[in-house]
Amino acid sequence: MNNKIEAAMSELVPEPRQKPAVPMKPVGINSNLLGYIGIDTIIEQMRKKTMKTGFDFNIMVVGQSGLGKSTLVNTLFKSQVSRKSSGWNREEKIPKTVEIKAIGHVIEEGGVKMKLTVIDTPGFGDQINNENCWEPIEKYINEQYEKFLKEEVNIARKKRIPDTRVHCCLYFISPTGHSLRPLDLEFMKHLSKVVNIIPVIAKADTMTLEEKTEFKQRVRKELEVNGIEFYPQKEFDEDLEDKTENDKIRQESMPFAVVGSDKEYQVNGKRILGRKTPWGVIEVENLNHCEFALLRDFVIRTHLQDLKEVTHNIHYETYRAKRLNDNGGLPPVTTETEENHESNL
Amino acid sequence: QHKRSGECQNDNCRPLSLSGHVGFDSLPDQLVNKSINQGFCFNILCIGETGIGKSTLIDTLFNTSFDDRVSTHFQPNVRLRAQTYELQESNVRLKLTIVNTVGFGDQINKEDSYQPIVDYIDAQFEAYLQEELKIKRSLYNYHDTRIHVCLYFISPTGHSLKTLDLLTMKNLDSKVNIIPVIAKADTISKTELQKFKIKLMSELVNNGVQIYQFPTDDETISKINATMNGHLPFAVVGSMEEMKVGNKMVKARQYPWGIVQVENENHCDFVKLREMLICTNMEDLREQTHARHYELYRRCKLEEMGFRDTGPENKPVSLQETYEAKRHEFFGELQRKEEEMRQMFVQRVKEKEAILKEAERELQAKFEHLKRLHQEERMKLEEKRKLLEDDMIAFNKRKAATELLQAQAFASTPSVSLKKDKDRKK
Repeated sequence: MNNKIEAAMSELVPEPRQKPAVPMKPVGINSNLLGYIGIDTIIEQMRKKTMKTGFDFNIMVVGQSGLGKSTLVNTLFKSQVSRKSSGWNREEKIPKTVEIKAIGHVIEEGGVKMKLTVIDTPGFGDQINNENCWEPIEKYINEQYEKFLKEEVNIARKKRIPDTRVHCCLYFISPTGHSLRPLDLEFMKHLSKVVNIIPVIAKADTMTLEEKTEFKQRVRKELEVNGIEFYPQKEFDEDLEDKTENDKIRQESMPFAVVGSDKEYQVNGKRILGRKTPWGVIEVENLNHCEFALLRDFVIRTHLQDLKEVTHNIHYETYRAKRLNDNGGLPPVTTETEENHESNL
Repeated sequence: QHKRSGECQNDNCRPLSLSGHVGFDSLPDQLVNKSINQGFCFNILCIGETGIGKSTLIDTLFNTSFDDRVSTHFQPNVRLRAQTYELQESNVRLKLTIVNTVGFGDQINKEDSYQPIVDYIDAQFEAYLQEELKIKRSLYNYHDTRIHVCLYFISPTGHSLKTLDLLTMKNLDSKVNIIPVIAKADTISKTELQKFKIKLMSELVNNGVQIYQFPTDDETISKINATMNGHLPFAVVGSMEEMKVGNKMVKARQYPWGIVQVENENHCDFVKLREMLICTNMEDLREQTHARHYELYRRCKLEEMGFRDTGPENKPVSLQETYEAKRHEFFGELQRKEEEMRQMFVQRVKEKEAILKEAERELQAKFEHLKRLHQEERMKLEEKRKLLEDDMIAFNKRKAATELLQAQAFASTPSVSLKKDKDRKK
């Protein structure tokens, strides 16, 4: 039962104070081990460890007020993770600039603990003059990268660096039925380079099926024409399997036309989330009515980990590389220690 | 594997209950699937004397014959030999690297025996650190060569640890997870083995050697891990030969007095080792290597290079400042070196010029001298020639005069004088 593997030998002779050893090319034909060893238990070991440490997820919502952002997020996570603005009454003023509000909650399901942070951006697109209103958002996103970078560069590092980076940005498109607005294009053009953007068509219950299909097609076309790469980005498809799966999502399903609701109604003997109108109940999780379920499955059930990985491996790395390369294009970071800066190196 | 942030119970985070199934309980699966796609790395370092059974044990652990080469006892110094293999079990692909010490314990002077091992381990940390410090880096598909576990093979003397063992382990315990094993355990009887294990463990403890402890924080495995911790060091026997025992074929070693079965827990601790190393704690070994040993190396290395987290007044140094300062220093150094080189170059050029000038002068002097000599010679020759010419003219004159006289004399006395002339001429 002896299995002979042919393996080329690579000898490593360490010299004193040597240059880093070159990782060897793995040789050895794939050997199918006869007799069970237990290597595959590493999956279970890994799963247990990750369950123990828990997960972080940070989701940002951007769009003009009244598009149902908070409702949608609450529907996605089946809890009040975002406080709805109850409309601006006379005492409250519309914020003069875009504000960034991050609220964190801990939710648990099936033994999996998740710290969910919802980042709201009230004031976006609500002014008369909305020029550069994406800047505070871009600044916030970069600040989170900066925070992480600072921790990563420390000599004595934390065992787990707290992750406040924005993993996913849901951009809410107004269901005009015509096309994207200049503000939409401007925002997505700037931000798709620093964060994963998932465009959604809000309040999709104002469109008929045909209008919806046409609108989606037009939006997709416009995004393509303007060179806006929304998530899942084509260039990050890892293999053919990814590509086929993601192509389908990119070219057919996205942008998801969604409806949100946190109210339950009785339909056919079941309690379901929906919106009650004189002409019927719109079932949020019914794929015939809207694409909420697709969005939920996409963001939470299949691509959540990937959203985090693309943020970490690509967007964060891009930021880091720029930052370390002479601050290329990024605004210098000011800290309190700058006045009494003394190089002790 | 990037760092995942935990600490779900944060100061400003309220727990919230869900009113329905959201679906993020699939998150561990999503994460695990990604890891499966990428494959796993596991790197084992085996330290032990030549012939102690390192290769055989690894073969037995992974149930494959990896390498047939047997080493000699006459290596001048300790070397390390690393080989990487790709193994697969169900859908898990493992890149297994086995690093063996060659010639360990064979030298007459073993003072430096542990150093190549320390250097090797550091080199792998260094390679990772270099990658991590790069501006454009790709950590997520980096082939991790850092040693995750070190199996230290102790000779089954039955007495105590060798000095070399203590020295080596002491130098390695802060760099790698050490699991000591008693090799060729079939040469010790059961009672001797118990005493031996106790002696070994107390020696390790007394000398402050930190070996790897199987973790006991996870309730599902804490009990078995705690038990196993008590069985250390594992007494192992390795063999790839199969023998029929009862009605099964088992891995064993056959002696005239009986058959030692590798996978029989009454005969040796092989199964325990395999269980602990592979089935229960492989992931923890990897994590400890990254989170503890590597971080320590990194911290020491960066401090050595002059990086600090806090400035002179204990104020935190910002990243930008650190990099700026380092860059400044680096460029300053560069400029200084450049200046030095330039100075040296100028100096050399001057020297060369001086030498050349000197040579030129000498040459010139020689030339002048020769010229002078030549002139003198010429003049002398001129004089001589003149003299000679004068002589010739004088001679020609006399000749002409004599011939004239002769002609006159000949004309007056023709025949007699002719004869007389002839005689006279003679």
